[in-house]
Amino acid sequence: MTEPLVRIESVSKHFGIVQAVDQVSLQIDRGEFFALLGPSGCGKTTLMRLLAGFEAPDTGRIFIDGEDMKDVPPYRRPVNMMFQSYALFPHMSVARNIGFGLLQQGLPRAEIDTRVADLLRLVRLEGYGERRPDQLSGGQKQRVALARALAPRPKLLLLDEPLAALDRKLREETQFELMHVQRDLGIAFMVVTHDQDEAMAMAQRIALMRAGCIEQIGDARSIYEEPQTLFVAEFIGEINLFDANIVASDAGPRVIGVGPLQFSFAAPAGMPAGFAKVAVRPERMVMSHLRTACAAEGEGIIADHAWLGDISVWRVSMGDGRIVRVSRGNAEAGAVFSRGDRVFVGFDPASARVLAS
Amino acid sequence: MTGERASPQAEGRSARLISWAPLAWLLLFFALPFVIVLKISFSRQRDGQPPYEPVLDPSGGLSNLIDEARKFSLESYSSLLSDSLYLESYLSSILIAGAATILALLIAYPVAYAMARAPRRWQPLLVILAIAPFWTSFLIRIYAWTMILKDEGLLNHALMSVGIIAAPIQIYATHWAVLIGIVYSYLPFMILPIYNALEKQDRTLIEAALDLGATRLRAFFCVTLPLSLRGVIAGCLLVFIPAVGEFVIPDLLGSSDTLMIGRTLWDEFASARNWPGAAALAVVMLVLLVIPIGYYQRMQSAGDRP
Repeated sequence: MTEPLVRIESVSKHFGIVQAVDQVSLQIDRGEFFALLGPSGCGKTTLMRLLAGFEAPDTGRIFIDGEDMKDVPPYRRPVNMMFQSYALFPHMSVARNIGFGLLQQGLPRAEIDTRVADLLRLVRLEGYGERRPDQLSGGQKQRVALARALAPRPKLLLLDEPLAALDRKLREETQFELMHVQRDLGIAFMVVTHDQDEAMAMAQRIALMRAGCIEQIGDARSIYEEPQTLFVAEFIGEINLFDANIVASDAGPRVIGVGPLQFSFAAPAGMPAGFAKVAVRPERMVMSHLRTACAAEGEGIIADHAWLGDISVWRVSMGDGRIVRVSRGNAEAGAVFSRGDRVFVGFDPASARVLAS
Repeated sequence: MTGERASPQAEGRSARLISWAPLAWLLLFFALPFVIVLKISFSRQRDGQPPYEPVLDPSGGLSNLIDEARKFSLESYSSLLSDSLYLESYLSSILIAGAATILALLIAYPVAYAMARAPRRWQPLLVILAIAPFWTSFLIRIYAWTMILKDEGLLNHALMSVGIIAAPIQIYATHWAVLIGIVYSYLPFMILPIYNALEKQDRTLIEAALDLGATRLRAFFCVTLPLSLRGVIAGCLLVFIPAVGEFVIPDLLGSSDTLMIGRTLWDEFASARNWPGAAALAVVMLVLLVIPIGYYQRMQSAGDRP
């Protein structure tokens, strides 16, 4: 097995009484686009600062390219960071900002100039070399920050909320630009973000963090479709959670619905008996004016309908007042549902995740 | 309806009045006295009251006034050049003030740096401590220094009791005492602008520099120092300009051969009763100091450009 680029081994870090990072282990491969996703305060920024060397772990070890990073100061790590605020040096021109890292490496002037020119071309800022940071727009600053962080040719680039300061339109464009740059240069990227769309769009693998721990690591599809914990299921996208009991029977443990939907199906292997949640994405729900053919089904009245362009969302109020969300692509054919309709909603157990609660 | 509110016109008038107030202040307390000093500098010394002529008394009629005005001369300015004492006073003032400025900068920068890096909640207290000496009279604090610096003073006692020196060294009534006095007195004026510049600095800039391969020392010289330069220059001018004209400190701590322009000026004015000469000294000093002040102004406005 080849050595991964980054190996984090049960790293912990606390500030005062706050356990910011708690026994985290993960690996990042060479050339991988990795995302640390989580709500604010989940420890993702601390983990990134541990990688950059701005913080030292209390316990655990960090290896980058096989080398133990203990006692290696930030300026000797093969890691560069793009700061959320960009942190461009206000007293230096764009070219001197980008060349700063190269100057520290002691490269000759001529080589610095060529590489800075190459980087300006890469981020499409030719002709901006002599500008000052305060003469640039937000998007341009972001690209200067990217070029500056890429200049010393790091093995790993850390990006702290790289799109947070941009407006919506620019965000999507920049997102694809980052992906192109990453693919072209083959440098491993680690993005830290609280925005699931950003993480899912860009990253090959996502680590979802909560309260200093990693809840799940996987690609966007597996995190969305196969959440392993209730937190992951609720954090990513919209989801319906149905109460259930796991009960032993002659044919093995079964999941019995206790909420507005009636269901009973074989429990996945390894589920302990007791209380559980069944999680179903709105687009996996089946809705009909007639009885559905689903193994799990209940009856309710459509309380709200929202047409969102690409999809429609219905909120169905069940007999006990609980709300079930159902969504469907507007391009799909199907019956027309309106507010006040009495409908049956259900799901196929195969499209549900049973989660311990 | 709007009975209690001033009309827009009245508000405009009061706004104009407020903008005129500082100008009126400057005219009354700076421009007018300066014109008087300027006039005296072009007068001639004489025995009597006032000790210069012409006096320009309008009661003698216009022709008398014109006769009197013929007595204006550049004599006191030419004597500034002919007597080396004045030139030496200027030079020595600039040297002492310059040395004090450099010393104050070397002491103030680390202090300001430590203040700006201290925990946020401590910073207001530290600022108050930095300006705390102002709560005692300046004169009393300089007198206190004579007690410390004298041959039998605190400093010599302390140095002798720990065995660094065997006999008292003379500090009091030397250039060194003047230098110590100036540095001590003006230190807060150096600390505060530098602290202000450092405190506003975004600390992620230092992290960015470290991240890009700069050691802590290089990050300081490439980022922290250049970004605090405005505070450094402001502090240097705030110390240098008043230090050049300092009178009390060389008078109390210096020796009779500590030449500083403030003392020379006082001697001319009070002992020699040479008002025109003293006025000419003051005018030349003002002109000399306008150069750094003008530079500072230009730098300030250049820095404010977006």
